[in-house]
Amino acid sequence: MGLLSRKVTCNSHGQDSSYFLGWQEYEKNPYDEVKNPKGIIQMGLAENQLCFDLLESWLAKNPDAVSFKREEQSIFKELALFQDYHGLPAFKKALVDFMAEIRGNKVSFDTDHLVLTAGATSANETLMFCLAEKGDAILLPTPYYPGFDRDLKWRTGVEIVSIQCSRSNGFQITESALEAAYQEAQRKNLRVKGVLVTNPSNPLGTTMSRNELDLLVNFVTDKEIHLISDEIYSGTVFSSPAFVSIMEVLKDRKLENTQVWERVHVVYSLSKDLGLPGFRVGAIYSNDPIVVAAATKMSSFGLVSSQTQYLLSAMLSDKKFTKEYISKNHKRLQKRQNKLVSGLEKAGISCLESNAGLFCWVDMRHLLSSNTFEAEMELWKRIVYDVKLNISPGSSCHCTEPGWFRVCFANMSEDTLKLAMQRLKSFVSSITIDNQTHQDLKNMRKKNRTKWVFRLSFQSFHDRDQGER
Amino acid sequence: MGLLSRRATCNTHGQDSSYFLGWQEYKKNPYNEVNNPNGIIQMGLAENQLCLDLLEPWLMKNPDALGLKRDGISIFKELALFQDYNGFPAFKRALVDFMGEIRGNKVSFDPNHVVLTAGATSANETLMFCLADQGDAFLLPTPYYPGFDRDLRWRTGVEIVPIHCTSSNGFKVTLPAIEQAYRQAQKRKLRVKGVLITNPSNPLGTTMARDELYLLINFIEDKQIHLISDEIYAGTVFTSPSFVSVMEVLKGRNLDQTQVWERVHIVYSLSKDLGLPGFRVGAIYSNDPVVVSAAIKMSSFGLVSSQTQYLLSAVLFDKKFTKEYMSENHKRLQKQQKDLVSGLEKAGIRCLDSNAGLFCWVDMRHLLKSNTFEAEMELWQKIVYHVKINISPGSSCHCIEPGWFRVCFANMLESTLKLAIQRLKSFVSSIAMKSQSHQELKSLRRKARNNWVSRLSLQSFYDREQDTTTEVSFSYRPHFMSLSNIAATLDAAA
Repeated sequence: MGLLSRKVTCNSHGQDSSYFLGWQEYEKNPYDEVKNPKGIIQMGLAENQLCFDLLESWLAKNPDAVSFKREEQSIFKELALFQDYHGLPAFKKALVDFMAEIRGNKVSFDTDHLVLTAGATSANETLMFCLAEKGDAILLPTPYYPGFDRDLKWRTGVEIVSIQCSRSNGFQITESALEAAYQEAQRKNLRVKGVLVTNPSNPLGTTMSRNELDLLVNFVTDKEIHLISDEIYSGTVFSSPAFVSIMEVLKDRKLENTQVWERVHVVYSLSKDLGLPGFRVGAIYSNDPIVVAAATKMSSFGLVSSQTQYLLSAMLSDKKFTKEYISKNHKRLQKRQNKLVSGLEKAGISCLESNAGLFCWVDMRHLLSSNTFEAEMELWKRIVYDVKLNISPGSSCHCTEPGWFRVCFANMSEDTLKLAMQRLKSFVSSITIDNQTHQDLKNMRKKNRTKWVFRLSFQSFHDRDQGER
Repeated sequence: MGLLSRRATCNTHGQDSSYFLGWQEYKKNPYNEVNNPNGIIQMGLAENQLCLDLLEPWLMKNPDALGLKRDGISIFKELALFQDYNGFPAFKRALVDFMGEIRGNKVSFDPNHVVLTAGATSANETLMFCLADQGDAFLLPTPYYPGFDRDLRWRTGVEIVPIHCTSSNGFKVTLPAIEQAYRQAQKRKLRVKGVLITNPSNPLGTTMARDELYLLINFIEDKQIHLISDEIYAGTVFTSPSFVSVMEVLKGRNLDQTQVWERVHIVYSLSKDLGLPGFRVGAIYSNDPVVVSAAIKMSSFGLVSSQTQYLLSAVLFDKKFTKEYMSENHKRLQKQQKDLVSGLEKAGIRCLDSNAGLFCWVDMRHLLKSNTFEAEMELWQKIVYHVKINISPGSSCHCIEPGWFRVCFANMLESTLKLAIQRLKSFVSSIAMKSQSHQELKSLRRKARNNWVSRLSLQSFYDREQDTTTEVSFSYRPHFMSLSNIAATLDAAA
């Protein structure tokens, strides 16, 4: 008899994937400007470190928020005992207002429809438990966040079927891709319960167009399934087109109080917009009261610390601060993204045009030795171990085309980004020189075939190429 | 096709049980000394509110811990970014030291075997996901914490099979009871993966005896299954016998580094000992590295806020403070428990002898109309709606004997406890009086049967007695007082 559960002994936690392995390599040899200038630069972690100074100065001006005080009165006891899974009312109010503000107040949210969870990780898993049975399937457009393989599937037993997107149209979702995914699920005898999109997209860094959103609404209406919109990056949209939330589309199409309205659910978190992943603040927003009721009870398994709810209710209630924060956040993200894009350009590398997120979707197909995932892995290893940059290979995001990589830009200083770009430039040049040298040699050999005495075969030269580290 | 999952639409969350319903009634009409003195007193919530006044001055003296500073320097950024599921090292270190201290340092814990979770609720569910598959079973001694029905079963699909314990031996676990439970599981075609105990027990308030622990270890060794010891109340043991952790027993029997060592897991939390349920701090402790590794990954679904980890690492690191705190905690718990026990005694109600926990296991069997769970529910409803005290009926804890109730004492002021006891006393007296009156009337009637002209049948008298909320006056029997008059008289006398 198996002593432990199947969940433990299998590896559907997905953590053998390269996404996590690169992270491990970084931890063994992390870059530090002073102590370890030759270490690995972390560009595989989608963190927003650009606005801590704003948060810290707010904290300095508002000490009550951390010292368990409200108007100078201690509320320590109240918070210590507060474990109501309905959440701290003041925090929920401040959070829905913040969510609306991010959406230009084109939609508003009701606190009664909000469920607080310990991060979006918990929110996504909880939604799976509420909407699907073991053996059901959720359709996800590729490329997608590698963590979903664990978060959506591991303990729930739900399957993911890919909606394959390609470079040909900037990785946008098409009707035929949706249909193909649905049929693929049926072929596998999986009952499709819904579609999950991340908007703005991770790893693409793009916002979904209205067209795509309309397509999705039509599709879930037709198939009578759910739509989950993970909008965790909604506050990182730094340039046009402006963010269009799924809720806005439903509202514009006057679909509130229709059946599809109750099948659309939004996931949010403060980990990316505010850069607070350590505080574990996530949320599910649903218009289906049964889902809200069930998810609220399930949130018992991952409640947000009352200490943290209180701090953030104070911060997000300061509308002057949130307005300034959102604006500065956008500016800094835009500036940093521009630096990455232009730096890559100088290295002859292009990116998918992006207007959001904490990363770029980078096209390194021309650097592959062949149009295969093996070649992608080979290139990735060189970048991690030799160039000493941790980036995420597209295959870990289930991209169907080899050669794409997600490169983060918001978790480091400008100088570090510069250095990373230099290293990459040198690397690309060296590959080019190698290729050039290779070509020259081939030509020379062809020319001087009779003059050459040693038996350099093409293969052994190629081998030697590999050995040049 | 079902649009939502079966989990979302069924009621395995267990929240239709009386445990939660009483809670809801309380919320509609909560007692407040000033604003609502006739409201329902909450004695169904196992919270430790007796020592929060000790924590507050500590916080005042240590502003860095709250202010997210270390040696006066802000570490906000470090904490804001810290989401490592391996946990804040300083916090894990301080936590294992605290756990060791609670056990009189008779055992020590390794921080590498600790997995932090958002409360014990999360820890228990996570262990189920790690140790069992859907359709497997865990054996639990009854009575047990009602929340387990949700925490262990709901999303995991694991079944609970009860190990029935009775008042005949103080609800201790016996070998026949465990074996009976095991056979029951097999009859239901459920594969038993382990036993889960709560030690000290909720709702009994007692610590497990060494021989019970030996029994359990022998059993799981023999059956090659797991043992989970939820020791969430370990720090509430206020009188002898002192707490014996399962880890101590394993160590004492030189069972460390054996197979059974890796099958024993502990659950802990700061919700009861430190009275901080709002902060969501729980932990799994396991000697099986595979379990630790899997549970750590699963803890992604319920990590502890780094802000809270930092605060509590500072609190628990202050060994002088924790020593003082635990000592004072025990004293106050003991006093409050004594007040409850003696108060109940005066009302003619006994409790199971207890030495731990935040509640007493109260014997109200003599107040039942009949030895049935219907009668228990009836009594419970009277206590909630009329006596206006929310307590937890034994049936919600899966007790097999009707008439037992869990009554909490650590979540209120001494004065509130006194009031609750008064109300109970009045209630019991009124029942006694009614029974007395009932008895007297029966005798009188038998005596004066020939003199009586009215056709009062025993049944209709019994029916009239049910109308306890209204004045029940027996004008033809002036020496029988109405219920409300009895209550008023007793109040005046109290």
